[in-house]
Amino acid sequence: MRVTDGTAGARILAFGGYQPARVVTNDEIAQQVETSDEWIRSRVGIVSRRIAGPDETLADMAVAAGGKALAASGLSPADIDLVIVATCTPEAPIPNTAATVATRLGIVAPGAFDLNAACAGFCYALGTASDAVRAGTSRHVLVIGAEKLSQWVDWTDRSTCIIFADGAGAAVVGPAEAGEAGIGPVVWGSDGGMADKIFIKDRRSFIVQEGQAVFRWATTALHPVAKKACELAGVDPTELAAFVPHQANLRIVEAIARKLGAPQARVANDIVHAGNTSSASIPLALSRMIERGEIGSGQAVLLLGFGAGVSYAAQVITVP
Amino acid sequence: MAMNEAEILTGLGEIIDEVAGVPADQVTPDKSFVDDLDIDSLSMVEIAVAAQDKFGVEIPDDQLKNLKTVQDVINYVRNTGVSA
Repeated sequence: MRVTDGTAGARILAFGGYQPARVVTNDEIAQQVETSDEWIRSRVGIVSRRIAGPDETLADMAVAAGGKALAASGLSPADIDLVIVATCTPEAPIPNTAATVATRLGIVAPGAFDLNAACAGFCYALGTASDAVRAGTSRHVLVIGAEKLSQWVDWTDRSTCIIFADGAGAAVVGPAEAGEAGIGPVVWGSDGGMADKIFIKDRRSFIVQEGQAVFRWATTALHPVAKKACELAGVDPTELAAFVPHQANLRIVEAIARKLGAPQARVANDIVHAGNTSSASIPLALSRMIERGEIGSGQAVLLLGFGAGVSYAAQVITVP
Repeated sequence: MAMNEAEILTGLGEIIDEVAGVPADQVTPDKSFVDDLDIDSLSMVEIAVAAQDKFGVEIPDDQLKNLKTVQDVINYVRNTGVSA
């Protein structure tokens, strides 16, 4: 049997991000449930978050972010042959989000599928896209992380409604020459034994999270995963320009960063004004850091996704 | 060798200083974590994790919620710690 000719490596050509217009402040939430701006800032680090409008769908946000990344990449829709949407909040079980998003972006007949690894989804999708390009299965992949968590949150539950938010982020992945690989090997894993720590029981239920257990897991189990991704990429943590973990909780982000051993790296803190957007948080943070000039072309950045499952994935990328 | 009470207190002081920025000399046995030292539930988890590294004693979440004062943690470490 014949197999496809692969390429030496894969790289990210461009990022794009989209946030809904509506800003919801801590004070606004404090009018609905027993909490305060000070409490939310000190426990999770969020000052405000974005919530989708009533008629704004998951696909709308995915199209907006994907369109920006595609435009920034300089490619045309015809160049894209695979679309992956990482999400844990699809509008319906079928059809998937990716095929709809592809058609709305003018991408004709690509491979298209949704991927659910909860808040680790973007790093899983990026690893999958990178390997598809390297294997020669695809030439250019549009990877999108998109979530509308607001519709899965109980807005009377003060332990979760202060955290979760809506948004989308995207990356275009394409081939790289030997020695120019821009996406390092993915380190991924899971532990279904902790499935009861973050879950949505069924389609009539809301998201439930055991905050302390998740905090303990995230601050003890994940820095070795992050270090392993650096090791496999041949990049020492001290060479990282930035560390962009899933924006779960600013205190988790800071605790993992302390244990990483990369004091020079800029640590993403997008959660402050974006909230926790699950699989969208990493590409959203990256696109904003690039927009602001906080990270520059050619620099090495470590990504670390983690969340319900529990599941996790990490890889080092080169900024396009 | 099992640690004595003073050694555990010294170790806890170092941990609490690092995790919560509370000077070690303020960490005395009678202090309440929440009321006196202004330490919240997430910082308590960080203290438990650091205590496990330092004292070799695991403090699970369901036990952690019962530890209200510095003395409670000292007692837990002494009573749970493996004497060798």
